[in-house]
Order: sequence, then C-alpha cells, then structure tokens
Amino acid sequence: MDTEPLTKLDPAYATVMRIEGTLTVLPFLIVAIVLGVVGPIPQPWTWAPMIVPVLIALVAVMLLPMKRYRSRGYHISDDRLRVVKGVLFHADTVVPFSRVQHLDVEQNPLERMFGIARLILHTAGTHNSSVTLPGLRHGDAVTMREQIRAHVKRESL
Amino acid sequence: MSEVPAAPEPAPEVEMHEWLRVNPLSMAVQMVRTLASAIIPAIFILYGAATAEPDSEGLARLAPYFIPILVLIVGINLAGAYLNWWRLRYRVGDTDVRVEQGVLSRSARSVPYERIQDVSLEQKLIPRLLGLVEVKFETGAGGKEELKLSYVSEVEGEKLRETVRALVEGEATAPSASAEAQASEPVPEARGELLFSMDAKRLFTFGLFNFSLVIFAVLIGALQQLEFLLPFDMWDYIADIFRDDRIAQAGDLVNSYSTVAQIIAILYAIGAVIVVGMASGVVRTFVRDWEFRLERTPKGFRRRRGLLTKTDVVMPVHRVQALVVKTGVIRRRFGWHGLSFISLAQDAGSANHDVAPFAKMDEIAPIAREAGFTLPGESAAWRRASADYYFDRAVLQAFFPETAALIAIALGYTWIGLLLAAVAAILVLGEYFLWRFVRHALDPLQVLSRRGWLAPNLRIANRVKLHSVEITQNPLARWRGYCTLRFGLAGGRLAFPGLSMEDAREMRAAVLDSIAAVDFAKLPR
Repeated sequence: MDTEPLTKLDPAYATVMRIEGTLTVLPFLIVAIVLGVVGPIPQPWTWAPMIVPVLIALVAVMLLPMKRYRSRGYHISDDRLRVVKGVLFHADTVVPFSRVQHLDVEQNPLERMFGIARLILHTAGTHNSSVTLPGLRHGDAVTMREQIRAHVKRESL
Repeated sequence: MSEVPAAPEPAPEVEMHEWLRVNPLSMAVQMVRTLASAIIPAIFILYGAATAEPDSEGLARLAPYFIPILVLIVGINLAGAYLNWWRLRYRVGDTDVRVEQGVLSRSARSVPYERIQDVSLEQKLIPRLLGLVEVKFETGAGGKEELKLSYVSEVEGEKLRETVRALVEGEATAPSASAEAQASEPVPEARGELLFSMDAKRLFTFGLFNFSLVIFAVLIGALQQLEFLLPFDMWDYIADIFRDDRIAQAGDLVNSYSTVAQIIAILYAIGAVIVVGMASGVVRTFVRDWEFRLERTPKGFRRRRGLLTKTDVVMPVHRVQALVVKTGVIRRRFGWHGLSFISLAQDAGSANHDVAPFAKMDEIAPIAREAGFTLPGESAAWRRASADYYFDRAVLQAFFPETAALIAIALGYTWIGLLLAAVAAILVLGEYFLWRFVRHALDPLQVLSRRGWLAPNLRIANRVKLHSVEITQNPLARWRGYCTLRFGLAGGRLAFPGLSMEDAREMRAAVLDSIAAVDFAKLPR
C-alpha cells in the first residue's frame, strides 16, 4: 500500500504559499527601506539591512513553496485517505474513512481567490485528532468530502 | 430520540422533564467550605489584633468590631450559598441533561446523552458526613468542562446515574434493545462479581512502595504560610545560624565526634528521611485507596475507593481503549504491577483509570481478560526497534559529556574528566539496555508496546479501536532509515519510535486492515 502513486496537489497551492511568503517578507522589506532612506547606518552599509528581506524572500518565496509543494501528496482509495507531507520532517498519515468523526472543507480568502480549499478529517484519536489536506481544488475537496461522508454513512447503516 | 418510548422508562423514579434543585444540604457544604477558607485567616487576624498593643494603629482599632465582622462574613456566605442553591437547577430530558446555574451571570449547559461517556459519583469528606454525593457526567471533555451536580442525596445520585445511564444506552442501541436491557436489570449494581480488592495489609505494602517526600515540601510551605505565628522570625534565625558561626560550632561539634559516631549520625538522618517518606506514602495510599474494590457488573467495571473522599466509578467494558501495565524499579523485584485502563473519561485528573494499582500478574490477567484483552504470553512475537536508532541516540547523548571529558583531561582536571566520561558511559549503556528491552509486538487483535528498562511499562491496544496511523521521520531518521510509528488512540498515546521502515510499514498495513474492516459507529461506544 506504500507503493501507490501519490496524487499531486493543485499547482495553485504553491502560488498561494508564495503569496503568503511575500506577505511575510513585506514588513522586513519596509523596515529595511526605511532604514536605507533615513540612513542611520554609515555610508557603505546604508542598505545592508536589505540582506534580511532578501534572504527571507529567497527561502519563503522561492525555495520553500516549491519544496513543500513537491513533498506533499495524497492518495485516496476505497476506504482510506493517505496524506504525505514534510520537507525536513516527513509525515505519512493514513486515516481510514470508518474512523472519521466529522469533516470540514475550509478556505481562507487567499485560497478562495485561487479556488483551492483544505479538507480536514477529524478522528477520535488523541494523536492526529485532525488531519488536514490542503491545496485541493475546491470542487475536488467537496467531492472528496461527499465520497468520505457517503462511506461513513453507508458503513454505519 | 422520539423513537424511544416514554413508557418503558427506567425503574428509578427520577422525575423526567422537570426542573429540579439539588439537595438543600449542599448549602451547608458550600458554607462549611467557604467559611473554612474565611475563618482561618479571620482567626489569625483576631489573634494578631488581640496580641497587638492596645494603643497601636491598625488591627487593634478594629478589635471591637470583630464579632459583627464575623457575623457579616457568615451572613454573606449564608446568603451566597442560598442564592447559589436557588439558582441552580437541572433537568433530565429526552435527549439531554441540562444544568442552569449562576446568580448574576447565568450559564445553561446541555449535554446530549450520546456524548455522555459515563456518570460517576464522588463523595468528599463533608458531603459524605451529610450523605450527599457529587454527580459527574463525563463527556471526555475533561477537567472543568465536565458537567457536575453538587450535591444530591446518595439515593438521588444513584437513581440519577441509573436513569441517565439507561438513557445513554438507549441512545446507543436500538430502542427495543434498551427496553429489554432496562427490563432485565432493575437493580444492576446489586450483583457484581468481585475482580480485585485490596485489604489493609496490601495497602500497607503498596504504601511502602509509594515512598514520597512530599511531606517535607508541605512542611516548608506551611512554615512559610504560617510564619507570622511563630514567636521568632524564622529567616532571621536561619541567617543567624550562618552569621553567628553557629553552623561552624555545629560543624565543630560533629567533628569532635568519633568517625563511627559521624557515620551513625548520617545513617540515622538517612534512615529518618526514609521512614518519614514511607510513612507519608502509606498515609497517602490509605487515604486514596481505602477499601479498594473492583467489580464486574452488568454495566461494566465498577471501582470504589477512598477513605475521606469516596469515589464510585463505573466504566463500561467497551469503552476501554487500551491497557497499561506499569511497575516500579523496586516493586518489580517483588512481582508487583499496576493495571490501568485508557479511556476517554478522566479519572481524578489523569486520563488512565487505575483498576488494580498494586497487584500480582496473575491477579491482573483475569481483569485484562474481562476487558477483552490478553496479556502477552511466552509465545509473543516480540520485535525490537532499529539498533541504528539507539546507536544514534547514544552518540547524541554521550557527545557533550564525552567532549567535555576530553577537554577536562586535556586541561589536567583528570578526576572531573573521568567523572564526565563515566556519565557518558552510563548514558551509552542505558541506550544499549533500552535497545535490548524496549520491544513491540503485533498479534491478530492487539498492538503491544513494552517500553522502559528498569521499570517496564506495557501498553496493549485493541487493533480495531485505533483511529489513524502515521509514520514520521526527522532528517536524521531519513538519513539512517528508521521512523516513528504513531497510532491515534482515543484518550491516550501509542507511539513506536525508531522502527525500521519495513517493520513500520508492515505494522501499519496490518493495523489499517483491521481498522478499515470495522466501522467506528459499529464499535460499542
């Protein structure tokens, strides 16, 4: 069961992560520009604080979103969902549909702009009480929710 | 819930759909409790004022008003207790239990029957003297979020428990089945089969192993709190001991003894600490576990215990998620182990329910069997975690002490260096023993985990009662090819660090097949 190919997430997910990364960089960029313009630091180093936003931008906008996107994936079968994630810290979680307590489909404003959503599976276990699968097309997320819900309902009849 | 007919209502005559008040004696309990906390400081102030100089400022001026102030405090408490009682009401309805309370800000809480895990009764000292019980509706929310009714009479509490439990069962099973169940057990608590109990002798032995030095902490705390009552200033006194060379004098005194006398004095001090520790352990154990009885009733496991605070907890068998068999470094040598259940309901702040806290393995086995678990036999196919994992851990743990040791030796501090090297060696040895003794096994129905070296702790979980499976790897683990396997267990944790990938995958596949085969809704709740 570990050999099955993982389904990739929607590419828009990487874009959303990039935009989120940009938003993180913004305050640092503003501070660095203000420092540069006001110039409290003597001549050759006036624009040195720019290093901080540039570094953060490299990591949070260029590097991480792509790595994250590549490391994530999922596989949905008849009776279970497998969610794989993690760039450095790898996690591979399987939730059988028969143990799903309830389901959420969530979107934040940014995700809504790009038409993607997060599917959240809640279980009764103390560990992994909720398993989140981000970066699905909203339509797919809703379909998956219905599929899992139908399974839960059928099983419990 | 409308399908459940009102006619075969459970035998106990708790009034349904009626708003009821708790027992008026609860007012007395509340009063005693608040007064106890108000009166003790009041007495101290009184004492302080009475001993103060008559012409001094402050407290002494208030002296003539003491009696009125006391009366006022009592009066306010009385009024408060009465208002609280007046404004607290509860209702046992068709689908839920409701409790409304609060004088100024009111809270109304409703707990649907399907969420009630269990109803437990608890008697603290004062309510017990008055024949009252606190009824707790356990939902698994834990702590302050649990719905409590304090206090109702013992009879009423028992009836409430029966009624609510019958209604809970009715929610869980088909209506016909619930009616049947109710009909067949008018007085279900009456016939219980005793599974385990502890007599005074057993409690005493248990207490000896519950060595605790908490009494010293309590004494120091009390000293700090009540310091102002002492006829001298304690801290000044202690400071004096150092300042006036009294400590040096004491040292001289000890030095003047012969070596034998010195050794005897030290042994005496150690002995005294051990005796006090054991005595406080015995006292604590007696207070908590007095008349410990575990019974198998038709409703599940019923446990009663307590000397001052009596508790009576019933846990349905199917709600037991996993077993934990614990032991201690020393008690293990004498064959003593403790069994507890992991479930969603909480037990005195801890998630595990003690069912046989101090027992021999052959007493534990029947209880485990009754709960639907089997203890691993000789034939269990135990497996070990990856040796690489423990090797890496040993390297990481020994790295700093070992480096420090080398530096120390290089700088000429040979003894310190050797000491640090010994620490590193002990850490490495510990990891080696962990590799040897930590093990896990998979049988057709259960997942078993045995952790710890000197005091092993055995966890047994039912494969079907797990909720998710996760394999995680940190960068080191990925490089070295091992992983951590974690199961989602309701009310507890079950993790296997350092498994080889193949082992983890195999366990995951096996457990997932068991889980997927049975639906959660079909599990008895």
